[in-house]
Amino acid sequence: MISRETEEKIRNLKGKYPKVKTCVLPAFHILYQEEGYLSQEGIQKVSELLGVPLLELHEVLSFYVFFPTRRIGKYWIRVCDNLSCSLMGAESIIKYLEEKLKIRVGQTTPDGLFTLGTEECLGSCGTAPMMMVNEEFHENLTREKIDKLIEELSRK
Amino acid sequence: MSTKIVFKHIDEPEQHRIDTYLKNGGYQALPKTLKELSPAQVIEVVKKSGLRGRGGAGFSTGAKWGFVPVDSPKPRFLICNADESEPGTFKDRELIEKDPHQLIEGIIIGSYAIGAYISFIYIRAEFGFGAKRLEQAIKEAYDKGYLGKNILGSGYDLDLILYRGAGAYICGEETSLLSSIEGIRPLVRLRPPYPAVAGCYNCPTAVNNVETLSNVPHIILNGAEWFAKIGTLKSTGTKIFCLSGRVNKPGNYELPMGIPLKELIYDYGEGIRNGKKLKAIIPGGVSSWVMPASKVDVKLDFESVAEAGSALGSGGVIIMDEDTCMVKATLRLVKFYEFESCGECTPCREGTYWLSKIMQRIEDGKGRMEDLDLLLDLSDNIYGKTICPLGESATMPVTSTIEHFRQEYEDHIKNKRCPFEKKV
Repeated sequence: MISRETEEKIRNLKGKYPKVKTCVLPAFHILYQEEGYLSQEGIQKVSELLGVPLLELHEVLSFYVFFPTRRIGKYWIRVCDNLSCSLMGAESIIKYLEEKLKIRVGQTTPDGLFTLGTEECLGSCGTAPMMMVNEEFHENLTREKIDKLIEELSRK
Repeated sequence: MSTKIVFKHIDEPEQHRIDTYLKNGGYQALPKTLKELSPAQVIEVVKKSGLRGRGGAGFSTGAKWGFVPVDSPKPRFLICNADESEPGTFKDRELIEKDPHQLIEGIIIGSYAIGAYISFIYIRAEFGFGAKRLEQAIKEAYDKGYLGKNILGSGYDLDLILYRGAGAYICGEETSLLSSIEGIRPLVRLRPPYPAVAGCYNCPTAVNNVETLSNVPHIILNGAEWFAKIGTLKSTGTKIFCLSGRVNKPGNYELPMGIPLKELIYDYGEGIRNGKKLKAIIPGGVSSWVMPASKVDVKLDFESVAEAGSALGSGGVIIMDEDTCMVKATLRLVKFYEFESCGECTPCREGTYWLSKIMQRIEDGKGRMEDLDLLLDLSDNIYGKTICPLGESATMPVTSTIEHFRQEYEDHIKNKRCPFEKKV
């Protein structure tokens, strides 16, 4: 169930943009903030609130990679492994995370805390290697930094 | 004379706040524009300055604005392309996070020049922090009367909308970006019609990069001649070069156009890591041809890099040293394009798939000598045969590394293994 507040926020998008379909991505962002992913139920709700057919929403959503459409870990770790980061050791960072979290890329830890993924260039090449954890960037990564971060997040 | 223009105040901790921006001379170009210049005059000044698009294409900004028809009965839009996702490029992010008002001021002036009443900043989804900074800055600008109705009593109105993308490299291509804002599946569109005539919601639209727009207030304040004197004759002003890869001091460096690549790598970047030898350079984001170390003397401006067989593009300079496997590096880039292809044009959709498959087997030691000709033939069947440049870009690392590093490909094939093993 999405909250009334979120519903209201999505409904309010309608006057903000020149055309109603421009509200689709902002609505997804609001939904993602609330749910941590986009549930089928939530997408259905967006369709009702904006009056945009479900099919058209999926047509848009399936193109992008930012919104997960199934429940993932509390912390979504995305390591950039494009060229600049690879040159600075992204591969060993990924391998280290796989060993440390005992999961492979694409998987979630059994406690539901971490989902590990890779990502294309995140515009942080000067501070490579780097990764994103939810919305936050972590740059100039070392094993020590990763140890510290994972420990902090596990305790939260 | 300092050569820093857009980065002049970048290291001041509170530059993102409007008070600091004002203290440092911000929002002075805007009143000057609104009081002293007609929209046509703004376009003229920007044309004269020689400012060219910093997103990659290097097209004259003034000319682009000039293409937007002044007599159109439809509303006009100015869109700031902040979808920075060209691998090796990380300048717009810094401009957005650290000096957002400079960008906003540039957007307002540009919007005034083309007669737009609504402007968008299209920012990539992953720049959450940048989006927050912009949101705050836009609010501050509204509160001070730089945005909204009757800006500074001039009678000019402008609304600025921050719009977040959703994770797709292709949305940095302007026609795909337009579809993304329109809320439809963002496939690229055939040009003509150009966005200047039929862009956002089929209305006249100008799409400009963050760094480009950030330069505009300075050009208005200091004059076209001042700007044109910096850099080279045809590539005027400064450029932010994003230096990354195997250098000692990677980072963003704002330098005059035409600075030698060697100076960027060895003086600013303090040379190659661990005293290794330079092997190859990507000069303009990964959508440019790979250059061998022998080209290190090239000057970094649009013309000189083109003459050297590559492109200045976005200014994302990636450094590869002697330990870099060029086959593996190329494979990584091809995989990127394969993943990001929107799938609309067959040569790109199928071509990037096959480039990736063949590159992978060569890297895995399962390649055949004929594969090299096959890769070149495939590239030839993509290049110039697609709607947008993504497919072409995928061929660039392939054809250029085969040209300059053919021996490495042959070694992979002959020895049935990657000679660098885990080194990349």
